[in-house]
Amino acid sequence: MQKENVRLHVNGRVYELEIEPNRLLLEVLRQDLGLTGTKRGCDDSSCGACTVLVDGEPQMSCLMLTVSYQEPEITTIEGVADGCELDALQHGFCVEGGAQCGYCTPGIILTAKNLLARNPRPSNQEINEALSGNLCRCTGYTQILASVRKAIELLRKEEPQEVER
Amino acid sequence: MSSFPQYSVIGARIPMVDSVDKVTGAGKYADDLTLPGMLVGKILHSPHPHARIRSIDASAAEALPGVKAVVIGRETPVKYGILPVGHDETIFAVDKVRYIGDNVAGVAATNEVIAEAALRLIRVDYETLPAHLDPEQSMRAEDHLIHQGRPHNIEREYHHHFGNLEEGFEAADYIREDRFDCAEVTHAALEPHSTLAKFDPDGKLTVWSSTQVPYYLMKTLASTLQMAEEDVRVIKPLIGGGFGGKSEVIPLELAAAVLARKAGAPVKVTYTREEVFYAHRGRPRQIVELKTGITRQGKLTAVEARIIQDGGAYCGYGVVTILYSGQLLNAMYDIPNVKFDGYRVLTNKPACGAMRGHGTVNTRFAFEQQLNRIAAVLGIDPVEIRRRNFLKPPCRTVNDLRVLSYGYPECIEKVVDRSGWKHKYGRLPYGKGIGIGGSHYVSGAANPIIRSMMPHTTVNVAIDRGGTVTIFSGAAEIGQGSDTMQVQIVAAELGRPMEQVRIIAADTGRTPVDLGSYSSRVTFMAGNAALAAAREAKRRIVAAAAEKLACSPDDLVMKNGGVYYRTDRHLALSFEDAVRLAVVRDGTLQTSGTYTTPPDSQGGKFKGAGVGPSPAYSYSAQVAEVTVDSETGQVSVDRIIAAHDCGKALNPLAVEGQVQGSVWMGLGQALQEEMIWQNGRLMNPGLLEYRSASTLESPPIETILVESNDPEGPFGAKEAGEGSLAATIPAITHAIYDAVGVWIDTLPVTPEKVLKALEEKRKSHELTSL
Repeated sequence: MQKENVRLHVNGRVYELEIEPNRLLLEVLRQDLGLTGTKRGCDDSSCGACTVLVDGEPQMSCLMLTVSYQEPEITTIEGVADGCELDALQHGFCVEGGAQCGYCTPGIILTAKNLLARNPRPSNQEINEALSGNLCRCTGYTQILASVRKAIELLRKEEPQEVER
Repeated sequence: MSSFPQYSVIGARIPMVDSVDKVTGAGKYADDLTLPGMLVGKILHSPHPHARIRSIDASAAEALPGVKAVVIGRETPVKYGILPVGHDETIFAVDKVRYIGDNVAGVAATNEVIAEAALRLIRVDYETLPAHLDPEQSMRAEDHLIHQGRPHNIEREYHHHFGNLEEGFEAADYIREDRFDCAEVTHAALEPHSTLAKFDPDGKLTVWSSTQVPYYLMKTLASTLQMAEEDVRVIKPLIGGGFGGKSEVIPLELAAAVLARKAGAPVKVTYTREEVFYAHRGRPRQIVELKTGITRQGKLTAVEARIIQDGGAYCGYGVVTILYSGQLLNAMYDIPNVKFDGYRVLTNKPACGAMRGHGTVNTRFAFEQQLNRIAAVLGIDPVEIRRRNFLKPPCRTVNDLRVLSYGYPECIEKVVDRSGWKHKYGRLPYGKGIGIGGSHYVSGAANPIIRSMMPHTTVNVAIDRGGTVTIFSGAAEIGQGSDTMQVQIVAAELGRPMEQVRIIAADTGRTPVDLGSYSSRVTFMAGNAALAAAREAKRRIVAAAAEKLACSPDDLVMKNGGVYYRTDRHLALSFEDAVRLAVVRDGTLQTSGTYTTPPDSQGGKFKGAGVGPSPAYSYSAQVAEVTVDSETGQVSVDRIIAAHDCGKALNPLAVEGQVQGSVWMGLGQALQEEMIWQNGRLMNPGLLEYRSASTLESPPIETILVESNDPEGPFGAKEAGEGSLAATIPAITHAIYDAVGVWIDTLPVTPEKVLKALEEKRKSHELTSL
């Protein structure tokens, strides 16, 4: 198959590659860019483990032809922390037990990141709706919910507080 | 009053020590690993449930550019299996295939596209044979048997009789018989199995694999590849969930190694999701014919169980699974007379194996459901009927299981209180219901899979001159918190902060032997070994300090970052200074701890007595509340309260996570999960079709941790990762009865079954009113 030149914007970096046009973003991220934090759990978009953010929107990279995503900014789990500083969601998942085996965690954190960007004060129902396409076989979701709530709490503390005069 | 500064980490909510790697994507799972020159391995699977292989022609595949190795069965004829009594598998089929998906050949090629093309070029000439697909028919078969030496396709049968069954039933005022049928379910861990194998020029093999049992994998690689065990090293990277599905050797692990050897290059094999479903080793379909005798007052007098398990085409853990299903009828309630007839039956489907709650879950569902049915008939409160049959530990059951700690009564009381049971059971409006169930599980099998005098586990602790502690352990972290538990125990015992303790685990070339993460053994066994190693290190540090301070070691006590005088509680030496003294004295500071089960916990002498005994049992009681839509048959679970006796919650965050995960898996088995077979083909080999509950279908799970402080557990701890699963199922089916008045004895409880039961109930009412 004829290869094509591709420019990808991933986690604030630009990558130039030569790849077959039928290659999925999931494979290219994992195999060509070494970004193995994006996981493959199924082969048919049924588990959400391969979720990445495309201009901030969660999408399953196992369904995305790489050549079609040269314009948008792609964020993988490796791009979530600010250097060594964990994101509030990452911190929440550590301290509230949201990551047991950790395999669904990248996809869930990215999906939740999009939710909190859209809706900083979601209800439990709204969190569950947002995460309903991400399968976890370990936790029963109770501690995942607690982890997201913890992140919300941390983000609220960081916000500038209005001071009564 | 002076007191020591407290920074004991036992009982604190501790994040997993590997959690940062997991939330940042930095952690490496098997499929994340690459090596220079690595090839892709693929496996050719059988399209037939049962067929003789007449011939295989792989020449076209071998000739395809990019193909570096093709391996077929006659090159790999050594039989293996996880149990010494069940060596009935070969890496690739030699003469017969026994299920759709059976492994026929392996290919290693420079990329996946070429590997898959090569598979299509392998010509296999099959002579198809009649397939045995239903266990009750299979066990009557005379011809075309699945394995030689297994008449009637019965892998193994057991017949146990404890006490006097006849007398037991004579003493009963009420005897009830029911048949339960529980569908086959599978682990569906989110990480598909993956193995990377590499040979060094000196002929030594290194394998990175998604395994719960690195030690058994090392042994099986050595036996099937006919190598010395010391030339095989198995390294377990992060594991994306196991639940038992990675607790025996899976064909791809061996395929990767034989392909790597033939190709002369590293080979990685990663299953597709469909291959994961066919690799299976999950919970078998189980038919339970259960007969229970009870007095008018609700005291159990006798239990008789006839159990058939649809084991699939190979033994796997099957002999253990069938024994658990009978042996653990006991150790929950006081049952004086018990009979068990168990049949593990071979069929032409993927082999079943160990899955969370191994062997106990479907029997427990049947027993608890029948107990709830009996309570309803006799008009005894279902909580009260349990109270009347509690064990009175310390005790030995009729089948010689030793029970020391027993938090089940407290679990019952806690869930009854929290749920408002008294105001709800039988009193909720039609369509709403509440139900109860109980369960238990072993804290490690008292007997190893391969009988030997070796300890079940050994943990080494090394402390460097700066005071940093390193644990070397063979125990396999699979997401359950094995590493964190050991770090916590060593940190607590040495009085060190967690950050000063690190762990190197599950590398058979670098760490001592641990038998693996199965039978919920790690906290009890590796935890005790880690504790013993830390205690020995402490003893040596104190001895060195005493020498320096010219006092007796008994005058000193070590905790919270230092060595203190016992009498006035003054700091004598900092931890670092004391460690330096010990290193100077002994040259190095390294200690070992081991764990072996006490002989009196290892069970009786009868055939099959080795499976079921454990040094300690966990207990769970649960209350579920449901809503049943009588128009659609849809059941939604509104709330589950789960109380789990874990002995001592070393890390409540982790224990709660384990209990919630178990409950959720039980919920899946109760209502949705089911492997659907048609002519030996799986109809739902995908994560959408094999339905498990999403966030929207998953109720809040409230956990209550009960601490019975087991006398032999590390700091009193017992298992937490499996024992809660089984109780969820009868609690939900009981709640369905409470909601709409029907008992469903087959799993999963689909809307169709609920509607059918409601229809039958309506018809029988119409008949009685005629």
